[in-house]
Amino acid sequence: MTVMTDPPKESFRLSMLIYDTRYRSITIQVVALLGFAAFFGWLIWNTSNNLAALGKEPSFRFLWEPAGYDINQRLLDYNSQSPHIRAAVIGVLNTLVIAVLGCITATIIGVLVGVLRLSKNWVISRLMGVYVETFRNVPVLLWIVLAMAIMIEIPPAPKEFRGDNATASVSLFGTVAVTNRGVYVPDPNFGSDRIGEDGTRLDEPTGWRVGLGDVDVNSSGMATYSFLGFEITPTLQFWAVIVSALIASVIVKIFGGDIARSLNGGQETTSPFRVTPGRLMLAVLLIAIIVLWSLMGMGISREVDGVSGGVFQISLDFLLVVAVLLVSLNISKRIKNRADDIQEKSGVRPTVWYIRLAVVVLPMAILLWALGLYFTYPELKGFNFKNGLHLRNSLIALWLALSLYTAAFIAEIVRSGIMAISKGQSEAANALGLSSGRTMRLIVLPQALRVIIPPMISNYLNLTKNSSLAIAVGYFDITGTLMGVTLNQTGRELETVLLGMLIYLTISLSISMAMNWYNESVKLKER
Amino acid sequence: MSDISFVRTDMLPEQEPPATTVGFVGWARANLFSSPLNAILSILSIVAVLFVLSVILPWAFMSSWNATSLTDCREQIAAAYGPDHHGACWAVIKDRWVQLVFGFYPPYPIDGTAHLGSPPEGAWPAYFRPIATFVLILTAVAPVLFDKLPRKMLLITAVFPFLMPWMMWGGTFWNPVGAMLGFGIGYLAYRFIAPIAGSLAGVIAAALLPIIWWLFLMGGFASTMQSIIALDIPTVNSRKFGGFTVSIFIGVVAIVGSLPLGIILALGRQSDLLIVKALCVGFIEFIRGVPLITLLFVASTLLNIFLPPGTEFDIILRVLIMVTLFASAYMAEVVRGGLAALPRGQYEAADALGLDYWKAQRLIIMPQALKISIPGIVSTFIGIFKDTTLVSIIAILDPLGLTAGIRANAQWNGIYWELFAFIAFVFFIFCFSMSRYSMYLERKLKTSH
Amino acid sequence: MKKSVFLGALTVASIAAGGAFAGTLDDVKARGKLNCGVTTGLVGFAAPDANGEWEGFDVGVCRAVAAAVLGDATAVEFVPTTGKTRFTALASGEIDLLARNTTWTFSRDVDLKFEFVGVNYYDGQGFMVPTNLGVTSAKDLDGATVCIQTGTTTELNLADFFRANSISYEPVPIETNAEAQQQYLAGACDVYTTDASGLAATRATFEAPDEHVLLPEIISKEPLGPLVRHGDNEWGDVVRWTLNALITAEELGVTSANIAEMAAGSNNPEINRLLGTEGSLGEMLGLSADWGKNALEAGGNYAELFEKNIGENTPIALSRGLNAQWTDGGLLYSPPFR
Repeated sequence: MTVMTDPPKESFRLSMLIYDTRYRSITIQVVALLGFAAFFGWLIWNTSNNLAALGKEPSFRFLWEPAGYDINQRLLDYNSQSPHIRAAVIGVLNTLVIAVLGCITATIIGVLVGVLRLSKNWVISRLMGVYVETFRNVPVLLWIVLAMAIMIEIPPAPKEFRGDNATASVSLFGTVAVTNRGVYVPDPNFGSDRIGEDGTRLDEPTGWRVGLGDVDVNSSGMATYSFLGFEITPTLQFWAVIVSALIASVIVKIFGGDIARSLNGGQETTSPFRVTPGRLMLAVLLIAIIVLWSLMGMGISREVDGVSGGVFQISLDFLLVVAVLLVSLNISKRIKNRADDIQEKSGVRPTVWYIRLAVVVLPMAILLWALGLYFTYPELKGFNFKNGLHLRNSLIALWLALSLYTAAFIAEIVRSGIMAISKGQSEAANALGLSSGRTMRLIVLPQALRVIIPPMISNYLNLTKNSSLAIAVGYFDITGTLMGVTLNQTGRELETVLLGMLIYLTISLSISMAMNWYNESVKLKER
Repeated sequence: MSDISFVRTDMLPEQEPPATTVGFVGWARANLFSSPLNAILSILSIVAVLFVLSVILPWAFMSSWNATSLTDCREQIAAAYGPDHHGACWAVIKDRWVQLVFGFYPPYPIDGTAHLGSPPEGAWPAYFRPIATFVLILTAVAPVLFDKLPRKMLLITAVFPFLMPWMMWGGTFWNPVGAMLGFGIGYLAYRFIAPIAGSLAGVIAAALLPIIWWLFLMGGFASTMQSIIALDIPTVNSRKFGGFTVSIFIGVVAIVGSLPLGIILALGRQSDLLIVKALCVGFIEFIRGVPLITLLFVASTLLNIFLPPGTEFDIILRVLIMVTLFASAYMAEVVRGGLAALPRGQYEAADALGLDYWKAQRLIIMPQALKISIPGIVSTFIGIFKDTTLVSIIAILDPLGLTAGIRANAQWNGIYWELFAFIAFVFFIFCFSMSRYSMYLERKLKTSH
Repeated sequence: MKKSVFLGALTVASIAAGGAFAGTLDDVKARGKLNCGVTTGLVGFAAPDANGEWEGFDVGVCRAVAAAVLGDATAVEFVPTTGKTRFTALASGEIDLLARNTTWTFSRDVDLKFEFVGVNYYDGQGFMVPTNLGVTSAKDLDGATVCIQTGTTTELNLADFFRANSISYEPVPIETNAEAQQQYLAGACDVYTTDASGLAATRATFEAPDEHVLLPEIISKEPLGPLVRHGDNEWGDVVRWTLNALITAEELGVTSANIAEMAAGSNNPEINRLLGTEGSLGEMLGLSADWGKNALEAGGNYAELFEKNIGENTPIALSRGLNAQWTDGGLLYSPPFR
């Protein structure tokens, strides 16, 4: 009979750090961490030595100096006297614009092409094949340059619209002007007081606007910003934003579930207004954005001695429209859910599409009427078209090239996603008597979606990152402003490039977080 | 009963199918006009294609190939096809294609100032070295891509990473030999130290000794050997690299360099060691989260600031470093996919055999995982190869960068589409053939299971 | 396993330029090559030909410096730079000299820590418009679309000019001169603004130059010159006096045609000092006695460089204007060689 004996209790010896598998992993990790820290420290040490030798001290102070250059496409007020930081913000917004527009169109084109590539129509499927191969196998930078060249060479110049024997005319009943300086489309506006005496649009909108914080000018002529009576210095702004964002995300990450549960009254609930960690995160993010804006000196629109820099504004009209739209879409969705429930129970689907349509359209129409919506249309005045919304060539070329290029990849993803669905599914749908369009829409695509979404995320990321090639066509995104002209004018390579990378990293991580969230929600729920 | 007469006793002869279901008509009915919508779509597409071709073909083919400048071109085309015709001026390609392919690489490195067509005494054929490098790349890659080729060719693959930079940059042959010796030292160190001091010490020695060799001793070794047996070819400064040569060079070096880095990162990402894993994930996500162009800005403006004062790499080398790091993050994800696709049983079998981690990786896991990853590696390469055009933004004269120089020349000022069409065409040929190969491989891998 | 490509490559190609911040002259001599930063391509100033040889006005300055220091006008490694990379390339020691039509400004000289050694071309920012636009003054350009090269001082000048005159404009930023030319000709912008020399050069290459006109306003001073790093005065002196040698030679009538006979000795002591037959100017610079002669033989004196690359007989057809010798009413005025 074997006697069970405890292994002799070993006291800890130093050599166990290497030979004992229990401790070895810790040793390896500590060594790796030390190595990494040493490497990082070495880089920083070198950097500070080199910068000292060059006589440059790393500092972000230049961000608050006047930028000195103009930007054509700006979503917020900006002029050449605004600080570099504001130019950077304008650049970030432009990056986001192109990323969002590009992702939407790339998805639409990609899905369409992917489906059509499987079409039984020989010409169509071949044509789509040629499109996909051509776009995938030529560098995107070339496509961007070529798209720009086409935008410049093909449409007519504004002068061809001029005079009695004009060779070009404003299309779509005089609402859309396609020129080689860009496309002018009708511009929606609120309020009736924004047309000047001579019929031109006033530059300063006078809708309701609100802001926090205040801007003032000190004795030396520099703009100072204050919020709730505290003066906001650049350093304070910087750290406040960083720290508050960090704290907010850590809190939500750790306590998200708990907070949500306690806010729900400590019980699982199916109420549509329950607090979920996702909604909580959204709320915290919104609050963080407001904090950020107010700290950056979002002020009541006010020009003090010619300085209007540092003033961010939100149009209340616009906020109202967005809020109403969100609410009515939500109601519409709940009507649909109710119809689904009734169909499940009784087998008969009530006709609700007109109610849903009305729920969305009517409040919006009333609101828009109440706000005094009107459109301005492009008119040729002086050198250029005036009024209307100007989509510049650089924007269109970049948008077109990026979405066509990315769509070629998305098409392949969609195609392989569809082909991954077993043939039995579409045969079953045929047996039920569904048309081929409905089979695709109701049976195949929803299932394919689960295969499609993960690679789609990386394509959205690629599109966003490729938007940095905007400099090739002179579109002022973050690479064009902060890492372009600002870098050139100030010679601050280290600060601008690092800040730019940080911004791209934030955008990328946010996109992949949002998309992963969506992916979780459509994933096959295994119970 | 004789009702039988109603029953046919002999088979009817086979009839021709109706004329509308066979031949071109039948094919067209089935594939082009199966429904009204399809018919409309088909006709619209055919009209669109014809329209595009009617614009492009006359431009491309009613063109000028022999001209000395753009004005000359325009005159020739006007003389041949009438003044209203817009034809391509391919003469610019004829004049500059050597530059677009080889950049400023000296045709005869033995005498850097000799022009093409006037070889100095005893020179190799023009552009011998870049062409030989390209052939070497093809021979080295072939046994990896096609497993029907003799396995002995893998030896070339193993030597090629050392030879390629030497063939392009030149200098003494003892440099690549010294670099290879580093691996020999690492192997010997493991071989002799592991039995004495244990496997971990062996691994550490095998990693540390070669690094010491490369950083401190190799230079001395190469120059000593060079003074004993002179084996060298003329040095070519990497600033002379340009055109498609630089695109291919950066692409190949980045892929070859990123493979080992990517494997290490992928293993680190799968590791149970928390800190190692965090470092690897952090690196991969950081690189994948920023655009390549920002990394190229780092290469062109910041890398020198990060390194000790006085060290200076030339711009091509800095770009190589950053593009390799960039590629390695993507490679890590490809390899991770390969690792994840291996059945769990392979890991367990390796454990059951009592293999330690490194042995299991080396003998069981990696060979299979890498084989599955080859299509992914090829697509990563296509991506990197296309992305090399971005270096034109930091003033490296790749084909796109050269267009600025060519258009700044008084002869060709104002030329546009021809250059870009040519560059796009060459890129298409390269990438298309590679993607076809990758598809072929995917099909082959799919059927083999 | 293949990690060593990299390490191998590092040793093959790394150039340890120890102490790049002092003793550039010694570095250049030891290397036997001058690393000279130029543009990636600007008509008349720097562009590679079909053989890969760089030519142009700025290239001429690089060659003269190489000839003065190394006695060989071909011992130059031309490093193409963009507006973004040029200053870092110089600051990090990647190039010894930047000759890339760079405007001499206070902040570049003081804040970015560079030393402009002189001016090789006096320029100013101008506007070009199509004649049929009927514009005669830049102040009539309210609301116009303006094509502009980014990464230069021009966009700052432009913003200042329009702000000072309280008129609005729509900037269309463009990376290279070639793109700007294309957009302008297609009518995607009404006005093209850049240095007047660039405008004249661009206009000269048009199919119909008469249909375009340069507006009278020159809105800025753009002294373009070669620059070196701050703090290496010996090297700065070499480049400065090479440039001055080119200018003085024109003033004294020394050309590449008569330099051989002048070098044999002349009765003008300043020519003798310039060409090294008298005095020890070369020695003071740490160069050989015939440095001036070498520099001049590389591409001739200032006038010859000008006429060959951008002068009136070239497609670019620039007149000397401000860039004439002070004796002819221009601004070129070299300090004496004494």
